Amino acid sequence: MGRYIIRRVLWCFAMLLIVSAAVFFIFYVLPSADPAVLRAGRNAGPQQIAAIRHSLGLDKPIWQQYLIYVRQVFLHFDFGYSYQYNVPVRQLIFSRLPATIWLTVGAVIIWLAIGLSVGILSAVKRRSILDRTSMTTSLAFISAPVFWLGLVALYLFANDIGQFPILPGQGSYASASTVFQKAASMSLPWCVLAAATSAVYARYMRASMIDTLSEDYIRTARAKGVPERTVIRRHAVRSAITPIVTLLGLDIGILLAGNAILTETVFNIPGVGRLLYNAINVSDLTTIQGITLFGAFFIVFFNLIVDIAYAYLDPRVRYS
Amino acid sequence: MDEAPATGTNAISTNGSALIEVRNLVKYFPITQGIVFQKQIGAVKAVDDISFDVKRGETLGIVGETGCGKSTTARLLVRLLDPTSGTILFEGQDIAAAKKEDLKALHREAQMVFQDPYSSLNPRKTVGSIIADPFVIHGLLKESGARRKRVQELMDRVGLNPEHYNRFPHEFSGGQRQRIGVARAIALEPKLLVADEPVSALDVSIQAQVLNLLRGLQREMGLTLIFIAHDLSVVRHMCDRVAVMYLGKVVEIASSEDLYSFPRHPYTGALLSAVPVPSPTGGRRERQLLTGDVPSPANPPKACRFHTRCFKAQSICSEDDPPLEYKGTRTMAACHFPLTEAEVKLRLPAALTAGRNGSGNARGAAGVIADQPPSSSSSSST
Amino acid sequence: MSTPLLQVEDLRVRFSTDDGIVHAVDGISYTVDTGQTLGIVGESGSGKTVSSLTTLGLTRAKNTTIEGRILFEGRDLVTLSDDELRKIRGNEIAMIFQDPLSSLHPFYKVGAQLSEAVLTHRSVGKSAARARSVELLELVGIPDPQKRVDQFPHEFSGGMRQRVMIAMALANEPKLLIADEPTTALDVTVQAQILGLLEDLQRRLGMAIIVITHDLGVVAEITDHIAVMYAGRIVERAPTEAIFGSPQHPYTWGLLRSIPRLDTPRDEELVPISGRPPSLIQRPSGCHFHPRCPYVREAHKRIDPRLEPVTGDPGHFAACLLETDVRSRIWRALQAGEDPASLRHLVVEDQQPMRAHATHRLASQEEL
Repeated sequence: MGRYIIRRVLWCFAMLLIVSAAVFFIFYVLPSADPAVLRAGRNAGPQQIAAIRHSLGLDKPIWQQYLIYVRQVFLHFDFGYSYQYNVPVRQLIFSRLPATIWLTVGAVIIWLAIGLSVGILSAVKRRSILDRTSMTTSLAFISAPVFWLGLVALYLFANDIGQFPILPGQGSYASASTVFQKAASMSLPWCVLAAATSAVYARYMRASMIDTLSEDYIRTARAKGVPERTVIRRHAVRSAITPIVTLLGLDIGILLAGNAILTETVFNIPGVGRLLYNAINVSDLTTIQGITLFGAFFIVFFNLIVDIAYAYLDPRVRYS
Repeated sequence: MDEAPATGTNAISTNGSALIEVRNLVKYFPITQGIVFQKQIGAVKAVDDISFDVKRGETLGIVGETGCGKSTTARLLVRLLDPTSGTILFEGQDIAAAKKEDLKALHREAQMVFQDPYSSLNPRKTVGSIIADPFVIHGLLKESGARRKRVQELMDRVGLNPEHYNRFPHEFSGGQRQRIGVARAIALEPKLLVADEPVSALDVSIQAQVLNLLRGLQREMGLTLIFIAHDLSVVRHMCDRVAVMYLGKVVEIASSEDLYSFPRHPYTGALLSAVPVPSPTGGRRERQLLTGDVPSPANPPKACRFHTRCFKAQSICSEDDPPLEYKGTRTMAACHFPLTEAEVKLRLPAALTAGRNGSGNARGAAGVIADQPPSSSSSSST
Repeated sequence: MSTPLLQVEDLRVRFSTDDGIVHAVDGISYTVDTGQTLGIVGESGSGKTVSSLTTLGLTRAKNTTIEGRILFEGRDLVTLSDDELRKIRGNEIAMIFQDPLSSLHPFYKVGAQLSEAVLTHRSVGKSAARARSVELLELVGIPDPQKRVDQFPHEFSGGMRQRVMIAMALANEPKLLIADEPTTALDVTVQAQILGLLEDLQRRLGMAIIVITHDLGVVAEITDHIAVMYAGRIVERAPTEAIFGSPQHPYTWGLLRSIPRLDTPRDEELVPISGRPPSLIQRPSGCHFHPRCPYVREAHKRIDPRLEPVTGDPGHFAACLLETDVRSRIWRALQAGEDPASLRHLVVEDQQPMRAHATHRLASQEEL
């Protein structure tokens, strides 16, 4: 098991190096325009551009630039300097991270609770009315774009503008101070984000459960006289959940990397996704690049977590 | 029957009538370990230095249990696997080291039928297309309609309805699918057919159909058939000669008559003793029950592979690997202490050994086989 | 006569599927006594597995209709509630299956799975259950049980896994053990070990065993009685010696003649049964075996035979419209090596009027 983990960690590092090279290539080498000009933003003067060029080391050969870049990123955690906001990108990202974490954690809990239970019930009571309704509803939620869901949710439930004003609306996170207020302000975004994702998880869980329930060891458990509830819980769910773990790890990583951009924008949450949106709007290349790299780190890291969790869940993996 | 001397390097040769000559064939599957760079720390010794001949036109059976290497051997013979070392002479040419281009020519002469009729046919191709594949691959019968005609002939020959040319595998039963596999294998009229457990996955009443088909085809086409199986009764029925494998080694090779009436290797004795006979009284005998499990082929016992489970094992068995040599005039076994007649009688059903003495069921073996005690002096100890 | 342990009476199991109604089991009856072994022989589609699963209530579902009676120690299992049946499963009646690797949960240790079998039916502490698990592993001959009880199924070999399955089935000292193809997936030497183990355990624990298999060698070894199933019905039922010594049904003859054996001459031709097993949705009219039977008369295509006693052989039943003496003659000729096709004359020339057979089969036909 130890060897397995070490191998995975080393592989992680290799992945990160490759990702950083790819990001470097995309953001430094590919753009046809002068990187310094791009970084300076829209309203920069020639002096500023020259200063940027020098500080970015654009006068040096490419491979040297890459090495400097790698050293900066891996040793100093320096993702660059945003000339738009006049702060280091790292500071920018870290200031926005808490909001995204709030959003992600809450949504994960809700979508796991709903998605998994709906999936399990649908699989156990296949072809029943519950099954058919839940699968149809989930299809609707998967198809609906998340920003549309968000806008509809605001329209219906927001404190200020909604038809049934029961939950804090847009912009309330920024004005929230206590933990409770923060949580309350997140309730609508959580529901919206969870709605779309739980639909996916419900379908996956249902399919995984149906596969598992046809396995021979389920038949053995029943033949032992184990109560059906225990068969489902201890034997079926335990097996069916392993592919869901893989999915979950990736989803969390992606969300933290800024993929909640749509939800954050609709609800005006100052998270990493919103930061990305703004940066794109003003062509702040450094920030965009910083978030990309940062996001990649998160995804690789969560991939590692998932791999380790998998070995813990499935004993057969440990011995290969 | 072999009339070779009891010892000597030519002990296994068949005086030039061999289609295949296998010499010192080895196949190891490496076991690797390592964090970044995979280093080989061991190997699964699937086939560990075997030598035997296959005579033209005969049916050779290879039997053994899990991990003995019989399936690996089958795949090596048709070069679906690359040998680690050793030679395989097919009609005098060494195919063990052959390159890809030469292998294509080999596959016109040597074909394989697989075990699982449910997974060995491509479910997206029609039956006609599957059977026509060999012609397509080798660029034969290009004239329009010639392929189709030949495929339908083949379908008829194996007992399928030629009008089902355009059906898909899932529309056929297990037995019929196996026939499709056979039709594909004989399409190019090969000289050698290797059947890897061709009937194990089929119902009992269908097994006989497919076995009879194989026998009929062999007679008609003059095929040489290598039959891999774990069912000893089936092998006895189908094969002229039988090789018994254990942990990558051939431990005994003899004609069916001889093997089943007077096996020499204790493992063969254990195998035969374990086979349940469909006769409530005729089957009763003292079982030679083997204890425990087969050792791992990654870590086989030293010298004689079987000594850890053998009731006749003595210290020499763990020091000196017995060579495969003649015990008597016709059976070859790799053992320092082959079974005596008395031990065999205890273990095998009476009907098998009865013919040897001329007593018992007159419908036993054809004629009495004169028993030659092995020339080595150690054979009489028990 | 003591009451049998298990008495199945006219059991019928039907599944409604999209393609039609599958008559998986169509009116079978048999009994098993304490300490006895019954073998149920059949091929795929014969209904042998479904009938045993039904005994344990494992086929109950919305689309399944179960009729008939299954009397276990006098109680009718068909009418019991799910909960009551669950109390018997794994307790008084236990079952083991064919593939021991896929039949054990890959994520739980063997000891945990054994303990679960105990804890489901007995209120004992966890440590007591674990002690029992070790005891069970020893009972089935697994060396070093203290260590192995904490290992996972994939760390055991095939034969060892089947021993674990047997241990799990014996956890609560069942009165009846149903073994569905217990050795089919195993090597022949391992099979011998497992069969020996089952016999030994039966002697020690005094339980009854039902062995379901297609392997005639296996049933010859360890059973006292045999029921041969075809297309959801029992076509012949008799003590083991009678089935092999004087079989009375063309399907049984077909099975016996089509398998290669170690105790007959090598070069004897295998005589396969022509055709394929029938669809259980659209079954042949009259005798369900008639399309494949070499000895069929016109009447057999219309009349459905019942399982009837064989004259002169108590305890022996066959479902065949041919007369007993005709059948005996045919079997003797087959044993002498004759080809079925050449024996038609034995069938045709007997123009005796057919006994009146009901086309509709009645329930509870035979006693012991």
